[in-house]
Amino acid sequence: MRALTWHGKHDVRVDTVPDPKIVNPRDAIIKITSTAICGSDLHLYDHTIPTMKAGDVLGHEFMGEVMEVGPGNSKLKVGQRVVVPFVIACGQCFFCEQQQFAACDNSNPAETADMSELLYGYPMTGAFGYSHLTGGYAGGQAEYVRVPFSDVGPIVVPEGIDDDKVLFLSDILPTGWMAAKNCEIQPHEVVAVWGCGPVGLFAIQSAFVLGAERVIAVDHHSHRLELARSLGAEVINFEATNVREALVEMTGGIGPDACIDAVGMESHGFTADSVMDKVKAAVKLVTDQTHGLRQVIVACRKGGRISIPGVYGGVTDKFPIGALMEKGLSVKSGQTHVQKYMPELLQLIVEGKLDTTFLISHRLSLEEAPQGYKMFKERQNEVTKVVLKPQMPVRH
Amino acid sequence: MNESAANGTPSDAPMSAAKKPHPELLEGEMLDARKGDVLVGRSVTINRPRRELYEFWRNFANLPRFMHNIRRVVVEDDTRSHWTVAAPAGKTVEWDSRLTMDEPGHLIAWSSEEGASLRNSGRVEFRDSPEGRGTVVTVTLVYDAPGGALGQAIAKLFHREPKIQARQDLRRFKQLMETGEVSTAAPPDAAPRA
Repeated sequence: MRALTWHGKHDVRVDTVPDPKIVNPRDAIIKITSTAICGSDLHLYDHTIPTMKAGDVLGHEFMGEVMEVGPGNSKLKVGQRVVVPFVIACGQCFFCEQQQFAACDNSNPAETADMSELLYGYPMTGAFGYSHLTGGYAGGQAEYVRVPFSDVGPIVVPEGIDDDKVLFLSDILPTGWMAAKNCEIQPHEVVAVWGCGPVGLFAIQSAFVLGAERVIAVDHHSHRLELARSLGAEVINFEATNVREALVEMTGGIGPDACIDAVGMESHGFTADSVMDKVKAAVKLVTDQTHGLRQVIVACRKGGRISIPGVYGGVTDKFPIGALMEKGLSVKSGQTHVQKYMPELLQLIVEGKLDTTFLISHRLSLEEAPQGYKMFKERQNEVTKVVLKPQMPVRH
Repeated sequence: MNESAANGTPSDAPMSAAKKPHPELLEGEMLDARKGDVLVGRSVTINRPRRELYEFWRNFANLPRFMHNIRRVVVEDDTRSHWTVAAPAGKTVEWDSRLTMDEPGHLIAWSSEEGASLRNSGRVEFRDSPEGRGTVVTVTLVYDAPGGALGQAIAKLFHREPKIQARQDLRRFKQLMETGEVSTAAPPDAAPRA
């Protein structure tokens, strides 16, 4: 089959690779119909996530048609259309029973789980196409993918709904949704969102659905700020504005009740070589760049809530621990428990209460994926989301 | 529970978590543990009934399904088994092992027979999770630092990262018991390797 493979910094290629096979009884093989490039894929593209290997198939936002089902899965049927969560979860461990699917204890293979246990104290969960820290599972920017625990993750899409309407159930929609849920929004509250990428924009939408009176969005890309405004948010361009002062003024001196960091680590700060060394020896991390997060903590009102869907991997310095403690802030964070939120979000999409198609700026064939990465990296203002269609004829 | 005896400081932590372990203090706990031995201990909570886990482990022939350095265990009778274990350079090493303690549903202990190329003993305990989360499984392993060239090579294999081996084995045991599978990303991982 054809697949987008990683070969090094800013070097991704479409290669012919072996077709995936059923390995474990609960596996399924999915024929991909739509797969997106995620902002977090750019961390791999920039090689700021460690433990990548040349030849790794990328992609963790995907959906398609069930081609084959292992003997241990009696739920999925060949021919069904499904969206697959980026988090791989067994459904049977303590964490999955708490619906903390992104903390599944079993999906990261025993051999790769060691690295994150050394880094974070406990082993992290398996995920598709996202380095060997999360298991080294082949991703979905390909014609086919093997899905482990396929009786737990994939959600069947009702007939007659386009891929583009439901594809983002795989990651960024539930991630924006969980970010807003973590704000524990009360009626009439003001939520501020840093970063108007896909997750930030979905967090804005979600905050309104969950009852926020006002949402204030912070970014510097004009097109992304316009998208935020079209969703009903007030906007702040941080290049032209002192963000904290603006938020104080716009909230009558009280400050936002909840703040969402949808930026995450900026590109350098979690370099591959240093992490490999540290995994082997002991934890000694290069600092993540956290300018945005510092601003979030300082701008939040006293007694407010901080929600961090943005991805971080290491440690940081100059962390405003004093502002956190003295103001009595609470913090919620984490990778998204996608399986938990998929059913309610699919329902909201079917009812027309959430639209995600506005985000897609480019639809490309799988063969064009390397150009997709390049334009997503270099032209962030207008390239808001690239969706690959492996069934699309190749343009010459 | 043991650290206090070693240095006089109160501690409820297990000996395996001590900065300076004293395996010989485990003597009374069904282990052939001597001063200078390598001690490995690890607990894991498995969301399955105690009896089911005990029965799977009690059939030593099942061990290679989750202990990846064990190639084969042949059960000879109620108490004796023959173990074939991977050694460096594609070699294997074998020894006889005997059951030293068996409390159905609670505890299994074993020890290598006299003359084994790597003196070793182990114990696995199954307790109901006090939080109602299934069964807490605690494995304690003790290895000799053996003499002889092959013994030293094996020792190196075990001693290099005995803790890593044990925790990977226990993770696989948990995966197999909870999900019916051992999680793997390969083969094939659908990628040509540079």
